[in-house]
Amino acid sequence: MAQNLFSDELLGFINEWKDKPGNLIMVLHRVQGEVGYISREAADEVSRLLDVPLSTIWGVVTFYHFFKLNKPGKYNIQVCLGTACYLKGGDIIVDELGKLKGLEVDGLTEDGKFSLEAVRCVGCCGLAPVMTISGEVFGKVTKDQIPGILDKFE
Amino acid sequence: MGFKNYILVCGGTGCESSRSDLIYRTLIDEAKAQGVADQVQVIKTGCFGFCEQGPIVKILPEDSFYVKVKPEDAKELIAEHVIKGREVTRLLYNKTPKKPLEEVEDIQFYQKQLRVVLRNCGVIDPEDINDYIANDGYVALEKALFEMTPDDIIEEVKKSGLRGRGGAGFPTWMKWNFTKQAEGEEKYVVCNADEGDPGAYMDRSTLEGDPHSVLEAMTICGKAIGAHQGFIYIRAEYPLAIHRLEVAMKQSREMGLLGKDILGSGFDYDIEIRLGAGAFVCGEETALLQSIEGHRGMPQPRPPFPATKGLWGKPTVINNVETWANIPVIIAKGGDEFAKVGTTDSRGTKVFALTGKICNSGLVEVPMGTTLREIVFDIGGGIAGGHKFKAVQTGGPSGGVITEENLDTPIDFGGLQRIGSMMGSGGMIVMDDTDCIVDVAKFYLEFTLDESCGKCFPCRIGGKSLHNILDKITIGKGTEEDLEELRQISHAMQKGSLCALGQTAPNPVLSTLRYFPEEYEAHIKDKKCPAGKCKKLIRYTIDPSKCIGCTACSRKCPVGAISGELKKPHSINQSACIKCGVCRQTCKFSAISVE
Repeated sequence: MAQNLFSDELLGFINEWKDKPGNLIMVLHRVQGEVGYISREAADEVSRLLDVPLSTIWGVVTFYHFFKLNKPGKYNIQVCLGTACYLKGGDIIVDELGKLKGLEVDGLTEDGKFSLEAVRCVGCCGLAPVMTISGEVFGKVTKDQIPGILDKFE
Repeated sequence: MGFKNYILVCGGTGCESSRSDLIYRTLIDEAKAQGVADQVQVIKTGCFGFCEQGPIVKILPEDSFYVKVKPEDAKELIAEHVIKGREVTRLLYNKTPKKPLEEVEDIQFYQKQLRVVLRNCGVIDPEDINDYIANDGYVALEKALFEMTPDDIIEEVKKSGLRGRGGAGFPTWMKWNFTKQAEGEEKYVVCNADEGDPGAYMDRSTLEGDPHSVLEAMTICGKAIGAHQGFIYIRAEYPLAIHRLEVAMKQSREMGLLGKDILGSGFDYDIEIRLGAGAFVCGEETALLQSIEGHRGMPQPRPPFPATKGLWGKPTVINNVETWANIPVIIAKGGDEFAKVGTTDSRGTKVFALTGKICNSGLVEVPMGTTLREIVFDIGGGIAGGHKFKAVQTGGPSGGVITEENLDTPIDFGGLQRIGSMMGSGGMIVMDDTDCIVDVAKFYLEFTLDESCGKCFPCRIGGKSLHNILDKITIGKGTEEDLEELRQISHAMQKGSLCALGQTAPNPVLSTLRYFPEEYEAHIKDKKCPAGKCKKLIRYTIDPSKCIGCTACSRKCPVGAISGELKKPHSINQSACIKCGVCRQTCKFSAISVE
């Protein structure tokens, strides 16, 4: 199973970090980078490769917001709900995405195209309110702009 | 050979998201296409700080400050400015050609600022170590390695009076000294770049704009305390900063400024990056160390402090990015020189992320002791959209609000504490009269509730209880007794929580209760939200004398709650209204009001 689940590059990285103290979080970052989320199978595999109990891995994965347990959509939308964005109407973006795509926070559209995450501060508060789609940042977003932004990813 | 013009393009995250990378590439292409590639050098720099006006392009030697530049403008900038030597007025910040001797510093946004931490941001190319060296980079390291003993270095930091910029303001030299004196062969240096405070992004900008300053500082500390390994713990949400750190570390190693036998001094030192994974509590130092060790980020009881028992049980110095960025200046120019700026309580400068309902949002660096009024009104240009100033929130989820009456308090660690707030990492969020103070307190509690690690119950249960009561108040079900209960739970959390997250989580509640008791009262007694924010407590009404019956609002209403005939006053069916406010935004005749 290992051959199918992880690429040789990832296996190489895990091997390189295997004996370093404090490797688990760094390895999980790489795994999520490649697989897109931490699936049960991926966690099993990390447990076997690093010789760390699955319970420890699950404890870490569920503690940190960054690690996802569900498969994200083809395009992952992050709406910032940090303080500056909250005051400037970040929640309006969330509502509008709900209306347009039927998306809920931590949800996925039926066609698997878009997933939605609410995040805390992406660090460009000068552009509030901010949303990102697959890493591309959109600032000073207004309700009317959202359909146009989504069209780019259709 | 020098170039005729140097074009600096802001490559901070804010401007990058407005396609500054495309501007950068288009400028290079245009310079080639117009045959002047050998006359200009296009450089991608760190953040200029004036994010409100981004993307920003600055052209030297004229010091022309172009704002809100688009990729399409590149052609004109090359043709006009570079080739014909004429400024493109329409893109200039003040839209008028510059008078001779006028400088960027004359722009009001920059006038009261003093850039020490951000000295290289927007000046150098962060991905080129030579640029950093040309701006006095690694001068401090050389001095520390060859001319100073570890005690000299700590003495210099002591003289500077530098206090930790991460929030608590602990004297930096003491941390270093404790760690130096702690027993043990192996010691570590850690940079806290887990900037989790929502509304603060100075650490990100510093790392993106000037990564070498942090590497240099950590190496100097290594020599001072006798450590040979450093770790930078940085949020995974900051990919650009991580990339620039990696580039900087690679270049430093190639030049012998990091690694074995640095500059032939015999001192070995290296740095590794460790990624955070989105847990606010990991900004707390013991939780951060747990996370570097690969565990859940749970805070540990102190003592033992990290200075004696830190990473993997070894003595460890932890400072945040902004603290580190001050170190090279202190070592190169001397602690006394550094201490000339600021107040007796707090020396040097502080970077603030000025955001919210403000005209000029951005990163500002001011001498300690500057007043809030100067920051909000002189630098920030006042409140946007003609609204009235209500409060500034500093210190993020651990801080409090500052109102009109305290706007003239000089800002330093002690000053902010006396008025019930705190420095925190430097987020400064401006609120106007449309922001509901109870709602803001609830927002922060929601945040700390979500981020509490759950280890100790005053924080876990107290936070939830506070949030429940605030929620009750915002939907009009609050009672007089609730206010007393908010206070009691808050005090219990302050006394009983293990780490700073739980101890400071009630601060937003206590501070808003102290300064805005009447707003809480309005929610509880009158069942009204004066700011018009809490949906359960407001109603939209149409003034029949102003409504001309254009039907615009009824067409926009998502639930069909507005009825009326054409050219006759309309009305809102209150039981159907979902209070989204679309009608009020749509109405061109100000006929719809909210109360």
